[in-house]
Amino acid sequence: MPHEGTPSRRPVSEMIVEGSCSVKVITPPSRGEGREGGASGEGSLVPMRRLTITVQGWLLLLPAAVLLAAFTHFPAGATIWQSFFSTPKGDRAAVFIGLDNYRDMLDDPVFWRALANNAWYALGTIPVSIALALAMALWVNRRIAGRPFLRLAFFTPTVLPMIAVANIWLFFYTPGYGLLDQVLGAFGAPAHNWLGSRETVLACLMVVAVWKEAGFFMIFYLAALQQISPTLGEAAAIEGAKSWYFFRRVTFPLLMPTTLFVMVNAVINAFRLVDHIVVMTRGGPDNASTLLLYYIFDIGFKYWDTAYAATLTVVLLGILAAAALIQFAFVERRVHYQ
Amino acid sequence: MSAILRGLSTVAAWLLALFWILPLAYAVWTAFHPSAYAAHFDPLAPVTLGNFRTAWAAAPFARYFLNTVALVAMILTAQLVVCTLAAYAFARFPFFGRQALFALVLVQLMIMPDVLLVENYRSMSELGLLDTITAIALPYMASAFGIFLLRQTFKTVPKELDEAARVEGAGPLQILWRVYVPLAKPVYVAYALVSVSYHWNNFLWPLIVTNSVETRPLTVGLQVFSSTDQGIDWSIITAATLMTSAPLLLTFLIFQRQIVQSFMRAGIR
Repeated sequence: MPHEGTPSRRPVSEMIVEGSCSVKVITPPSRGEGREGGASGEGSLVPMRRLTITVQGWLLLLPAAVLLAAFTHFPAGATIWQSFFSTPKGDRAAVFIGLDNYRDMLDDPVFWRALANNAWYALGTIPVSIALALAMALWVNRRIAGRPFLRLAFFTPTVLPMIAVANIWLFFYTPGYGLLDQVLGAFGAPAHNWLGSRETVLACLMVVAVWKEAGFFMIFYLAALQQISPTLGEAAAIEGAKSWYFFRRVTFPLLMPTTLFVMVNAVINAFRLVDHIVVMTRGGPDNASTLLLYYIFDIGFKYWDTAYAATLTVVLLGILAAAALIQFAFVERRVHYQ
Repeated sequence: MSAILRGLSTVAAWLLALFWILPLAYAVWTAFHPSAYAAHFDPLAPVTLGNFRTAWAAAPFARYFLNTVALVAMILTAQLVVCTLAAYAFARFPFFGRQALFALVLVQLMIMPDVLLVENYRSMSELGLLDTITAIALPYMASAFGIFLLRQTFKTVPKELDEAARVEGAGPLQILWRVYVPLAKPVYVAYALVSVSYHWNNFLWPLIVTNSVETRPLTVGLQVFSSTDQGIDWSIITAATLMTSAPLLLTFLIFQRQIVQSFMRAGIR
């Protein structure tokens, strides 16, 4: 096993990973603690003391619990509830219509379009941004000429608002006038309406997303790389291991928890962030760039069909929940924890 | 052999970095030159601040700045208080139902308020809070990420310190304030940076709940400006775009090292 001789430091972001699934992976320091709690030093707890602790715990938790319940759990439940009702119109109240909204949804070509777009968008952005983030981190982590500039260039898109980024790229893509067409024009290519044609629009948005996100993920890899002991590399070098072999058998497995963490984030972002669509395409042309959340936004706040928007949101919630479950159940088996 | 590979890899790194900086460099060029040079490169082109002046005068950006600062401050203050209390409870109070409640908190890592637009809009409307800065802030005040981050930090605080303070007669809140909070200072800085940059940049939810100049944050103001108030004068739009991102961008350029460290710390804990 490649990780046999690894140092005792735990890989980065393991704790987050461990915490988010809140089961199974329990590391030594937190184990003893959670189980025994206050009992450790004081023998068995007097019932009175136990009650005090519970009351204090609940009181400390109260503000967070109220806010979370009001703006996360309640709306999530209400979304599901509303999806079984019709949208109230004028003086007509909402009535229970069972699964009608869902039936309409299955017959709605735009919904399928949005879903397919979102799937392509996720498939196109997630692997590329993770691979680039890893490459960037490996570069910036070693002694390379101009390291401060490289780090700056890679990370800067992350601190910019997506809305600003979208404006800049909108200009970049402007047909005939933007930089992209100017550069291509220099090679004799004709002007192309990048965001106005169904073939290229989604790819253009993917480039923006990767550009914005890779630097952010780089940070997590960078943090993880700095936790890997340099003696590992030295030992491998002495034994004559090729650097690619070393990366494949040592570095990459050690980075697995980080990759999982980054992947969860990337999936969430692929379904959560549609700011650039509002600015750049408004879902067009012909819904070729409509992502699921953008469609929800459109239905909910342009057509004010709140019940149908709720139905679509249920699908989105389902996707996010499934992504979480699949990743934790499936990827975790291949992730090794020291 | 490996020297050649190394060289090639350095070249690749530089090419990627140049590509990464290109859109931004292009925007800077456009914003600082007269619109005749917007898409026309000439090293001798006159440099001007006129685009910034025009943009600043064309929309109430001062007000938007104020709104964003108020919004970010409100969210951060609430988050620090709410998350600290909750994290303390999860880290050091073995109360009944702790595991289940923690799992419920973590749900928000997956299902963020960004996704629950329709129902949260309904709630704000019933609370009579539509078109207020409070409405933008409320859904984000309890942050699962913050609770999680601080809980991990508080757990690393030696129990002996806690007990020593208790022996001296300090109550739970005093212990929190005097022992835990000071020890977690770097994590607070990291969290604050992440939170400020997230909410400075947030767009969709503010777009939905705000409807007037008095409440709109910068991101929404910028969108309103570039989509309606303006024709397609790219010089002015890019100037406005850079203007709205400038505070974050400048802070980043000045404190680059610390910020990257902070982001890393936030990811680690």
